[in-house]
Amino acid sequence: MSFILRRLSFYFTAFLLAISFNFFLPRMMPGDPIEAMFAAAKGKMDLAQMDAVREMYGFMNGSLFEQYISYIQSVFTLDLGPSVLMFPIDVTTVVGMSLPWTMFLALGSLIVALIIGVSIGTYASYRREGFFGQFVPPFLAFISNFPYIVTALLLFYFFGLKLELLPLAYTYDPSIDPGLSLEFIGSVAKHAILPMGSMILVGIATWVFNMRNAMINVLGEDYVTMAEAKGLSSFRVMYRYAGRNAILPVATAIAMAIGFSFAGSIMTEVVFNYQGLGNILLKGIMARDYPLIQAILLILVSAVLTANFIADLLYVWLDPRISN
Amino acid sequence: MNNPIASDAQASDIQPKSALRQKVGAIWMKTKSFFNGNPPAIIGGALLTLILLGALFAPVLTTHNPDKRVARPHVAPNAEHILGSTRNGRDVYSQVLQGARKTLSVALFAGIIATVIAVAVGVTSGYFGGKIDEWMNFITNVFLVFPQLPLLIVLAAFLGQVGSGVIAVLLGVTSWPWGARVIRSQTMAIRNKEFIISAEVMGESKIRIILVEILPNLISIVFGGFLGTVIYAMGAEAALGFLGLGDATEVSWGSMLYWAQVSSSLYTGAWWEMLVPAIALSLTGGALALINMSIDQVSNPKLKTGPHLKLWKKLNKEANKRRGLV
Repeated sequence: MSFILRRLSFYFTAFLLAISFNFFLPRMMPGDPIEAMFAAAKGKMDLAQMDAVREMYGFMNGSLFEQYISYIQSVFTLDLGPSVLMFPIDVTTVVGMSLPWTMFLALGSLIVALIIGVSIGTYASYRREGFFGQFVPPFLAFISNFPYIVTALLLFYFFGLKLELLPLAYTYDPSIDPGLSLEFIGSVAKHAILPMGSMILVGIATWVFNMRNAMINVLGEDYVTMAEAKGLSSFRVMYRYAGRNAILPVATAIAMAIGFSFAGSIMTEVVFNYQGLGNILLKGIMARDYPLIQAILLILVSAVLTANFIADLLYVWLDPRISN
Repeated sequence: MNNPIASDAQASDIQPKSALRQKVGAIWMKTKSFFNGNPPAIIGGALLTLILLGALFAPVLTTHNPDKRVARPHVAPNAEHILGSTRNGRDVYSQVLQGARKTLSVALFAGIIATVIAVAVGVTSGYFGGKIDEWMNFITNVFLVFPQLPLLIVLAAFLGQVGSGVIAVLLGVTSWPWGARVIRSQTMAIRNKEFIISAEVMGESKIRIILVEILPNLISIVFGGFLGTVIYAMGAEAALGFLGLGDATEVSWGSMLYWAQVSSSLYTGAWWEMLVPAIALSLTGGALALINMSIDQVSNPKLKTGPHLKLWKKLNKEANKRRGLV
């Protein structure tokens, strides 16, 4: 229990640090970003609205400390001010609309890559001297280390543009009403194949190598030899004996991978014009919509921290020794 | 299979040999055994050598000025422009060579900064332990859970279009925590080994213990971490460039992707403008990864596959036969 509490307080501190970063960023930059932003809004906002944004940022009369407190207040009440880009919709609504898609992409691809990668890694360690063990890991290392953006572009070009197999934009066919119909789910799946596929390709090698290296260390243990000597099937030895113990160090790597996965999702969304946070982030950058940009950063940080906490819970479930 | 024992004996036979030549010989032997019977390392090494040579000799190899309009827009690859031309009439072949210099130097510079910080934090934290370790570990973990790339994107957005030098520094100071974490745990693992304790008992200074006793044992991990950071930094540079957050007037693989995207070259059929820098990036990333994988095998010989394993099996079988087990 104390382990979970410790982690919770760590994530809370990290979140406060992120808020502070967000607060000080516009104040540290050369020039006045607020002025630049209003210039970019080109008269779309009137004076009262500008004052609202200014207030949201805490640029009011008062000491820096008072401004800081009021900024933290506005973050925790989800009052992040209006978006310049999509005026007069407020930032919270814009982010709320696209966050689910980014979560779907980032976590979905992470889980699929994890399952496939761990299976391949287990098998590759077991058949280390065969063709599979010698050829597949280096091959995956090679393709998985293409930059995110490049993998996405290559898939976009070959499967989307050249072969015209899969759609090139949007999260689902705009002519279909969102709902729990089979048609809608099919459309979402079809639109997710390429973006998710590119992220899985990039993510998979991490798990193959983590799992393979952990397995190789475990395979030398006596209880594995014992299990083999008992005449258990190699599937059973591989997954129930060696695999269960090898997965522990792999689980610790999940925490790191979550941040990477969200970052990858941002890039992939831009390439595939997928209507998630990344896409909106780019539009926000073009329009110098600083409230929107900062809100996206904040929401990404909280999503990553939450996902990390869930990974911690998973780890406690996998290895109960840790909680004491 | 060349036998390391036999060659060692040969080396000691020829006694009058300068220390330098002996050292060079030792390095050569190590390099040879690194590549020997290790196809991934050979392929990765060859590719990387090719790319580095291309970047190094870019001024000689380029056929046109990469910054000047030298052709009609979107000319398909031909004898004059072997990789075609961009929407703005730049020669793609010359640009990709010139861009290699910028992209690779950003990645290397970022890798060096990150590695220096990672070693400093990791070794200090792992060697001293206690309160120092607690604090440094906390900072490392905070950096680790923050999504780096979105953070960079936001920073770059606030700074406006930033030059490649700034990008390299930003990448360097944000991407050290992975390395620091591995180095810390490895330092903790060797911290209580006898040779460290005996150095402490002999009264060696802490700096000397860290530099002379600990660091040499971490070389393969540090170098592996360095290559990993270089791969990451290259991808991040390309990503920032693609999003238009880098300086689009500089020629780098990232800015090439940006201009290809702006001119929607894929849609108009001018695939070469987008795919050439994309493939250059992917080959470099892949080559570095193959080498990194082989370095992992140096720091942990258990991970070796292929000929090494076959040799071990053969020797094991012979040993068993001698013992009369088979």
